[in-house]
Amino acid sequence: MSPVLQGILTIIIGVGGCVGYFYASNMILDKVIFPARGPHAGRNINRANKVRPWLFLFPAIFALGLYLVYPVVGSFYRSLFDRSGMNFIGLGNYFDLMNEGTFRTAVFNNMLWVLFVPAMATFLGLLVAQLTDRLSWGNIAKSLIFMPMAISFVGASLIWKFVYSANPDIGIINSLRDFVGLSPVDPVQVPFWNNFFLMFILVWIQTGFAMVILSAALRGIPEETIEAAIIDGANPFQVFFSIKVPQIMGTIVVVWTTITILVLKVFDIVYTMTGGNFGTHILPSYMMTYMFRDDGRATAVAFVIMILVLPVMVWNIRQARKEMR
Amino acid sequence: MDNIAGQNQGGRLAVNITVVILVLLWLLPTIGLFVSSFRDRDQISNSGWWQAPFSVDLNFRARVAADGAREEGGVFILEGNVFDDPALAANFPDGDGVVAAYGTRAVAPDEFPAGQVSELRSGGTVVVEPDGRYRVESPEDIVRGPTLYFEARTAPKFTLANYRTVLFADGMDRAFINTLTVTIPATIIPILIAAFAAYALAWMDFPGRGLLIAAVVGLLVVPLQLALVPLLKLHTDIGIGQSFFGIWLAHTGFGLPLAVYLLRNYMVGLPRDIIESAKVDGATDFQIFVRIILPLSFPALASFAIFQFLWTWNDLLVAKVFLPSGAESQVMTVKIADDLLGSRGGDWGILATAAFVSIAVPLLVFFTMQRYLVRGLLAGSVK
Repeated sequence: MSPVLQGILTIIIGVGGCVGYFYASNMILDKVIFPARGPHAGRNINRANKVRPWLFLFPAIFALGLYLVYPVVGSFYRSLFDRSGMNFIGLGNYFDLMNEGTFRTAVFNNMLWVLFVPAMATFLGLLVAQLTDRLSWGNIAKSLIFMPMAISFVGASLIWKFVYSANPDIGIINSLRDFVGLSPVDPVQVPFWNNFFLMFILVWIQTGFAMVILSAALRGIPEETIEAAIIDGANPFQVFFSIKVPQIMGTIVVVWTTITILVLKVFDIVYTMTGGNFGTHILPSYMMTYMFRDDGRATAVAFVIMILVLPVMVWNIRQARKEMR
Repeated sequence: MDNIAGQNQGGRLAVNITVVILVLLWLLPTIGLFVSSFRDRDQISNSGWWQAPFSVDLNFRARVAADGAREEGGVFILEGNVFDDPALAANFPDGDGVVAAYGTRAVAPDEFPAGQVSELRSGGTVVVEPDGRYRVESPEDIVRGPTLYFEARTAPKFTLANYRTVLFADGMDRAFINTLTVTIPATIIPILIAAFAAYALAWMDFPGRGLLIAAVVGLLVVPLQLALVPLLKLHTDIGIGQSFFGIWLAHTGFGLPLAVYLLRNYMVGLPRDIIESAKVDGATDFQIFVRIILPLSFPALASFAIFQFLWTWNDLLVAKVFLPSGAESQVMTVKIADDLLGSRGGDWGILATAAFVSIAVPLLVFFTMQRYLVRGLLAGSVK
């Protein structure tokens, strides 16, 4: 069956099935199991209401459990076995990885990415948010800076391949170098600094995200605090750093952590620009080199990514629980 | 606040200029790609996209026919015009062009400036004038005309040929349909499942609710990589393997935490009185959900739909793992990353066009639905 037909069928079955499930399960609950009639009407209604949330939640919990919770355990379990999946080697995969130079490079690079990209994107986003705050054409400017967020990472990589090209007739950077008389250089092959050129692509994309959120946060600052500072004689820089930034610190942290989570997942940029060569591997792209070849190693790398992300997860959960109260 | 002391004109100008510079910096790479996708292949490799509107110096080769040589006072002369070569007719439609330099060796096509007489290796001289006229003089009979290489200014050529190739010949249309096929079900199906769960988490009271909400927040962070190997194995074991059905399920599962989070945040903000009064009137939770909550939550549903659409459209990783790797099942991102970059790596025109075809739809969605996208981002992020 053609995929398009499959798709349409799946949508119909999926949506219809969902609606059918919810309707049917609620009806069975209310009419059959705990009918609101007879001598126990009150008790039945109460019982029905106690069960009902779980009916609503069941499909979501099932899907989440299968697709996101089970893998955490499943991946770790698989990483304890070797390539064939038959022989238990304990932490053997992890030890092998630690001895692998490329793995260590990947971890080191990942650290660089995690430190540089969120900081840069948040900083630039804050800068643009503040600068465009009172401009008449501020919304257009923000739109244009936000636009890269809609592009796929692969598309963005292609766009920047154009900029970074070693051919001075194609890449702007080398053309400028040629203009001032320097010889052309391939930015993507320069040891160590090539990572930063790749990182900048992600910064280019994520700055819009930071900008949108921080712009809303800046708008939410009470005007009186700013007015009071101006009356007291503060210059714009003092107003910004001493009044505005402390008040939106909570949002800045949220933006920072959200971008950090994304940085730990993105492999498309490295994969498309260099394939991981020239010392640019990060853990997600490094995992792909094992992906269909050695499942034990691949899951081990994936689990290392999970461990790196754990502090952020714990922080987020604690924030969420704090909000509950 | 404009009438408070502290705002000065100079400051405003500086801000404007800085923002203009930043916006240009952000736009420049994309503009470069866009301009390049319309340029002729040879022109792309010879001049930067910022020189696109100007003439380009390109190298050509003209064959000189030996017949027509005449003798004049002991010297054999061959005259003609390089632009008359039929092979070059396409580049110089009116038979006119400007020769900047010429040469007789392929390795140095611009060795001599136009108009300067040069010596031929086999004896004799040759000169090519700026208007293309050449004159070969030789003491011996000219049997074979020399091959002349020259550098000429060509007018900027903009063409849709790249788009024609990418859209119709390269299999990109198949990839486009595949992407659409993956994206639409993967956007629609999570919405319903998440909406029900979000309502339960927002408006129903039951033990363990806080724990579940925390779990959803935690699951937002789980890296996709973790799920790839176990789930692919699961899919293969239950018979789905690598298929469209598998990727729809995968995207649904991966998109649910965000969906539940966004929708719940929104539903919590709905006015309590409407729901209370509906309950007082005897409506069951199911009826409240379908008749009141769902219509009121439309902005949040739209926000998530756009998010999920963009995410699945632009995704590379899940598509690589959960879809078969044959050409008929590739989505656009996979096609560009694996196919085009490999086989057409040097053809910048094709690459630029392919990139643009793949980002055209997301950009369209972005610009028309920006409001919803922004609202979705802001949900729960501003403290």
